[in-house]
Amino acid sequence: MNKKILKLLNKDARMTVADIATVVGLSEEDTAKEIKEMEKSGLIRGYKAVIDWESVDSASVSAIIELQVTPKAGYGFEEIAEKIAKYPQVESVYLMSGVYDLNVVVKGNSFQEVAQFVAKEISTIDSVTSTATHFVLRRYKEFNVELGGNDTDERGNFSL
Amino acid sequence: MIDYNKILNNTIQDVKWSGIRKFFDIANTMEGVISLGVGEPDFPTPWKIRHCAIKSLEKGKTRYSSNWGLSTLREEISNYLTRKYNITYSPEDEILVTVGGSEAIDACLRVITDPGDEIIIPQPSYVCYEPITQVCGGVPVIINTKAENDFKVTAKELIEKITPKTKALILPYPCNPTGAIMEKSDLEALGEVLKDTNILVISDEIYSELTFGEKKHVSPASIDTLKDRTVVINGFSKSFSMTGWRLGFVCGPEPIISQITKLHQFAIMCAPTTSQYAAIEALKSCDEEVQDMLEEYDTRRKIIVKGFNDLGLSCREPKGAFYAFPCIKSTGMTSEEFCEKLLYAKKVAVVPGTAFGDSGEGFIRASYCYSTEHIKEALSRIKEFLDEIK
Repeated sequence: MNKKILKLLNKDARMTVADIATVVGLSEEDTAKEIKEMEKSGLIRGYKAVIDWESVDSASVSAIIELQVTPKAGYGFEEIAEKIAKYPQVESVYLMSGVYDLNVVVKGNSFQEVAQFVAKEISTIDSVTSTATHFVLRRYKEFNVELGGNDTDERGNFSL
Repeated sequence: MIDYNKILNNTIQDVKWSGIRKFFDIANTMEGVISLGVGEPDFPTPWKIRHCAIKSLEKGKTRYSSNWGLSTLREEISNYLTRKYNITYSPEDEILVTVGGSEAIDACLRVITDPGDEIIIPQPSYVCYEPITQVCGGVPVIINTKAENDFKVTAKELIEKITPKTKALILPYPCNPTGAIMEKSDLEALGEVLKDTNILVISDEIYSELTFGEKKHVSPASIDTLKDRTVVINGFSKSFSMTGWRLGFVCGPEPIISQITKLHQFAIMCAPTTSQYAAIEALKSCDEEVQDMLEEYDTRRKIIVKGFNDLGLSCREPKGAFYAFPCIKSTGMTSEEFCEKLLYAKKVAVVPGTAFGDSGEGFIRASYCYSTEHIKEALSRIKEFLDEIK
């Protein structure tokens, strides 16, 4: 595992192997090998763009669903969490501390669609005892990137 | 008709504008210029710091502060200097909060210089030491530091420049534009030269947070032989990305700081109060933010240095600050020619080394206060330029 490489890729997944090699002080070959290994072992699970979907497609909606769950004897929350994670509509599933157990982020094409999904698929699961659905109204920051900000360089040529 | 030339002080009229200005003025008239010129961090001031300033405004803390600066801030500066650089100054009478490092440099030179006094200035270095010395009636004595010495000042070079009129040596490290740093042994060697003299060291440490690799910044004030003869100048602009807040500080022996404060009191009154509240937060709780910025600069530094070397423009590894200082002698051009042609041909703005002293001839300064994407675009344009002039 090379944490320095992970940090660089986390900041910019499109950084070239050559540049990563320069920064971490390895040869390009060794750097490529390290990355491959971390991909194979599952430390790196994928590479995606950070997209401001609201500007692309204002109809799409997301909701955060708080679930209370009765854990199954011997399995804890694993079984139910993994089951929910299988749905393609589900973007993320987290086990939480506090008043509820699972935090599930769901994406759909309309409020209706998301509501239906929760009612029909999630709340009907045996061990789910309650659901609370919160629709996302607006995204301001995603993956450390501020979505509203513009990135123009405001520095003038004043420094000496 | 009034003759303004007769009104204006002769010395200031003789002082030349910075060579950087001239270049930027050309660049500013052009469309689509990609600049590696700016010596200012691209990161916004960390939010915590801004938030603290906002809170102070909400509470209406908008009065003058003590001429010396807020006492809490001076205490934090004192703690910070001990924690980071192992140097100790009393918040009571050895630390003054100034309007940027710039005011500190100006005020320090003013309180020590009598007409004809000599100030030793290593170059290539930041552009202000020479003109301010001149305005004070002093005589700048230049040490042309050498690439083969990694642009450090050596004891031998220093000895050669010392005369009975020498008042001070300026140590601008980590160095803009060369990226050079002075290590402990380098400073000890200078200490041996200066120890029985009446020569002051003015140590401009504005880039002290920005050193890379294992070698951390060493302040001359932490060297036994230099401690009592050093004035330390530092500030928030570069370390905490706080350029527009205009806040710095100067620390040193009480008799000197006291006179600087007298001047500061008449000339400035006090540093901006809002900025001072912000700075308290910067010193207290922003180590992590500083570290993140440092790591990002380090990434860019490695990419730009390799980039220049790959293009055949030999570039030493800068150990501090945020500039690369590659050698362009292989092109057969002077620094000015190179920069001007590059600007017109490829719309890339870099600064000729000569803007930082004659010894900068043959070099250019490229700032890496830019995203790696921006740096790579600039490098690829420079490559095109080099291919075309072959």
